[in-house]
Amino acid sequence: MQHHDIPGTIVYDGEQAQKGYALNAMCYSFNVAANRDEFKHDEDAYCTKYGLNDEQRAAIRERNVLKLLAAGGNVYYLAKFAGILNLNVQDIGAQQTGMSVEAFKEKLAAAGR
Amino acid sequence: MAQIVGAIATSHIPAIGKAIAEKKQNDPYWKPFFDGYDAALAWLKQAKPDVVVMIYNDHGLNFFLDKMPTFAVGAAAQYRSEDEGWGLPVLNSFPGDAALSWHLIEHLVADEFDIVSCQDMAVDHGFTVPMNLMFPDAGGKWPVKTVPISINTVQHPLPTPARCWKLGRAIGRAIESYPKDLRVVVFGTGGLSHQLDGTRAGFINKKFDLYCLDTIVRDPEALTKLSTIDLVREAGAQGVEFLNWIAMRGALLGNVTQIHRNYHIPISNTAGATLVLENRAAVQSQAA
Repeated sequence: MQHHDIPGTIVYDGEQAQKGYALNAMCYSFNVAANRDEFKHDEDAYCTKYGLNDEQRAAIRERNVLKLLAAGGNVYYLAKFAGILNLNVQDIGAQQTGMSVEAFKEKLAAAGR
Repeated sequence: MAQIVGAIATSHIPAIGKAIAEKKQNDPYWKPFFDGYDAALAWLKQAKPDVVVMIYNDHGLNFFLDKMPTFAVGAAAQYRSEDEGWGLPVLNSFPGDAALSWHLIEHLVADEFDIVSCQDMAVDHGFTVPMNLMFPDAGGKWPVKTVPISINTVQHPLPTPARCWKLGRAIGRAIESYPKDLRVVVFGTGGLSHQLDGTRAGFINKKFDLYCLDTIVRDPEALTKLSTIDLVREAGAQGVEFLNWIAMRGALLGNVTQIHRNYHIPISNTAGATLVLENRAAVQSQAA
């Protein structure tokens, strides 16, 4: 559903929430340390347990944030996956914008000037 | 009767919690942000609150997409801090005030806000970081009781700014009708502008933030003309957390004075902000 004109921005609505339910359910489980360990032990089996589709599995495998979002991921749940990978929000910001982490940080600082 | 003595709005960025845990308040990156809290802490100390009513949003700790309440009110004796999955230290539980919670729930539903009540609730950084910031000497023994009120900022449709303002008005009326002599401070957390996801990640809008900081003090109802999509556009996909601030401001029914404000870019991916407002009863006592 395209009901806004904001470039590069997802309005996380019912369509996204339906598409991404399994992926987000898996990421929500990462609040629990034992689940993070289980995922790290066998990623593929853990994705199967939560019923991820092929698109979601590929995005998880590739650690690709834009693809995870396209597959219905919600950034607040995806943040828990990023946590497993030890990526912070500057790291994932840099990845999504195709910038180096340093350049991304500079862009943030520049917004204050 | 219970009295709302004021309100504090503050960012709740997880990195703040980490910086506190690692005692980085005087690092060059953090100092301009933490220095902005001295005046807020001084005000809070003299305000002597018994209760903090915390208007915030959950980010996938207590609520999942299986059941996503638009407005939820905690009704527990205590609220747990828990592992959020990315290393923020877990804090001691926060004492609740279940009697005040149920009073709020009764009054909000009577006022046609069909909220969800929660007798079992974990609170995430949207709640814990502001507590950690505003009670730095608590050492885990929180000096106030708390009532969490969570607004959905995760899954659209979000409540409109106008609806959040009206919720705040209803919260204010409910608190002020509580018969117990309590001093209440309302917190509104999150923001200001930021966007974590999409190719516009890193979006910050200083001009809009400054408009919001000015307007929320002197003409808050002007903010109710914004749509949620306006907020996404101007404040960023996660800047919609400003809804919590609007509800907080709505709860102040008296004469409102700005005590302090601070604004600093960037903290993590966000424009960090603090605002302290004092609330004086609009009807002056006639006692001679």
